[in-house]
Amino acid sequence: MVAIADKAVQSRSRFKFILDRPKVLGPIFVAPAILYVLVLVGLPFLLAVYYSVSAYTIYTQSYHFVGLRNFIDIFHSQIFRQTLANTFIFTIGSQIIGLILGKFGALVLLRPFRGRKLVRALIVLPWAVPVALATVAWEWMFDSLYSVINWTLVALHIINRSEAPNWLGNPHLAMLCVIVVNAWRFFPFAIVIFLAGITAVPQDIIDASIVDGAGFWRRNYQIIVPIIAPIVVVGLIFGTVFTFTDLSVVYLLTNGGPVNATQVLGNLGFQIGIQSGDVAHGAAVSLIMLPVLFVLVILMLRFIRRREI
Amino acid sequence: MAAVITDDIVKQFEGTTAVNGISLSVADSEFMVLLGPSGCGKTTLLRIICGLEKQTAGDIVIGGNVVNDLPPRARGVAMMFQSYGLYPHYKVRDNIAFPLRTQRVPSAVIKSKVDWAAELLGITDLLDRRPRQLSGGERQRVALARALVREPTVLLLDEPLSNLDAKLRASARNEIKQFQQRVGTTTIYVTHDQVEAMGMGDRIAVIDHGQVRQIGTPTAIYDDPADRFVATFVGSPPMNIIAWNDGYLGFRPENLLPREMIDGGDVTEFSYHVDRWEYLGSERIVYGKLSGVEAAHEVTAKLPPAHVSMESIRPGEKHAFGVRNNMICYFNRDGARAHRH
Repeated sequence: MVAIADKAVQSRSRFKFILDRPKVLGPIFVAPAILYVLVLVGLPFLLAVYYSVSAYTIYTQSYHFVGLRNFIDIFHSQIFRQTLANTFIFTIGSQIIGLILGKFGALVLLRPFRGRKLVRALIVLPWAVPVALATVAWEWMFDSLYSVINWTLVALHIINRSEAPNWLGNPHLAMLCVIVVNAWRFFPFAIVIFLAGITAVPQDIIDASIVDGAGFWRRNYQIIVPIIAPIVVVGLIFGTVFTFTDLSVVYLLTNGGPVNATQVLGNLGFQIGIQSGDVAHGAAVSLIMLPVLFVLVILMLRFIRRREI
Repeated sequence: MAAVITDDIVKQFEGTTAVNGISLSVADSEFMVLLGPSGCGKTTLLRIICGLEKQTAGDIVIGGNVVNDLPPRARGVAMMFQSYGLYPHYKVRDNIAFPLRTQRVPSAVIKSKVDWAAELLGITDLLDRRPRQLSGGERQRVALARALVREPTVLLLDEPLSNLDAKLRASARNEIKQFQQRVGTTTIYVTHDQVEAMGMGDRIAVIDHGQVRQIGTPTAIYDDPADRFVATFVGSPPMNIIAWNDGYLGFRPENLLPREMIDGGDVTEFSYHVDRWEYLGSERIVYGKLSGVEAAHEVTAKLPPAHVSMESIRPGEKHAFGVRNNMICYFNRDGARAHRH
């Protein structure tokens, strides 16, 4: 009797601590993330690959294999080539403006001043506000009739009422607008990245550079920026990937117009594939982003590895 | 080379006074040590001399010029930091060259000066490495080379040995001292380690609560302390302090000896109740109480390791001890030195 009871206790305790085993607990913790990626990223991606080599539209739902014809088609399209160029301009432009604003914003926020905590909280707003709301506000600021920017410029006698720019109507200005709005959305993120990086630089190193005679520019660009470069590049990878694939600002502000002047890949793919129903060509447009981003990310990761001496 | 004078320097940080009226005069080529417990204001004073902090009141004079409003780079000072502050993304060569590059020195001159500094400190074969690939001692040398390459008039060192292990620290101490004597740069050295202070300083300034308690040669600081703070801060174990008449009386542990070891001279005798002792190889530290005397801490005696009288000195027993009268320091009730009374 005693021996049987002992065995029962033993076998119960074996299951009692089953969650203490890394081999059991690890997969349980990782499973939701893996499922999420497989179902919501992996599956649509494979579908897109499949559609892009088919002749599938919502009108003729044929799974007929057409090889790379869809890709050849879109590369022959002038609109697509312009869109590809626009996407690069849009991404690079808003990243550069965002980084510059982020760097200087971080420098300003590092200095102690009255109300710094409030400013630090407020500065994150562009990032936190829903993009649709923020973009509608910007749309009014750029409006051809009611633009508060134009009103201010006129009131300050910088321009005449008659020569007030039509921000969203002029192709070049429209591109500038979507870039500015996107940079405005991105720069709080850049500030946070720079703040984290700069505060992590040991004070001794900054003091040493001051004693060694480095002025503001030399201290920032020969000492601080190289030290925080790996952190900034990680931020830049995130920013670039998000911006390159993003369509929200363009969709809300200009919808690619005027005449495709601000068209970007994400929005074009959405217009062709979903709104026009030409799923095959839409998928092909979207998949073009993949190799571009792949090369970008590899370049940046290699840069980080080289910096980590 | 230049003399450094701090004239009644005061530094306040939002309500707290870090430096409270320090006047120092460091002679040309002198090795001055600022010694004090952490938080006493010694590093703040060094940063004020360097120009990294601005004093609330008082003047800094370097080489006869008041430099209050000059930035660090215009003061002709070099500073070596506690964690060295080497630039991690530069090779050793570029680290050392950096202070010259900021002065727009021609590159041929930079090269020869970097080679000169590297040779001086024996780091020529490290020039193409990065700080990450160096040991603690090597980093310290690189930092020193970077400080010296501009041939500063004053060298400021902020606890440069605290990141080294004990063995390396002893040899680095020796190196810095020899090096300073050879180059002859006026040096101000901040430390909380009394062994460093005693071993390296031409003079020591003992600082506490933002004020100088005593300035003097290591011998003067040790044998003739100005007050109770200096007496108990310097020395290991510290000076024994016991209540005496209207004030205090102090004597070094090595001067409290078994009565039979002292012959001749005026001696004050105590009955010493031995609690325990530690054998430290080169010496033996005895802990105990003096009968009929009030003391804040237990009274220590430092004895030679092997002495015949050790046989008769046993824990838990009393033994006759004595101190030569000329080895006794008297202090007022407020801790200042007093004549015997």
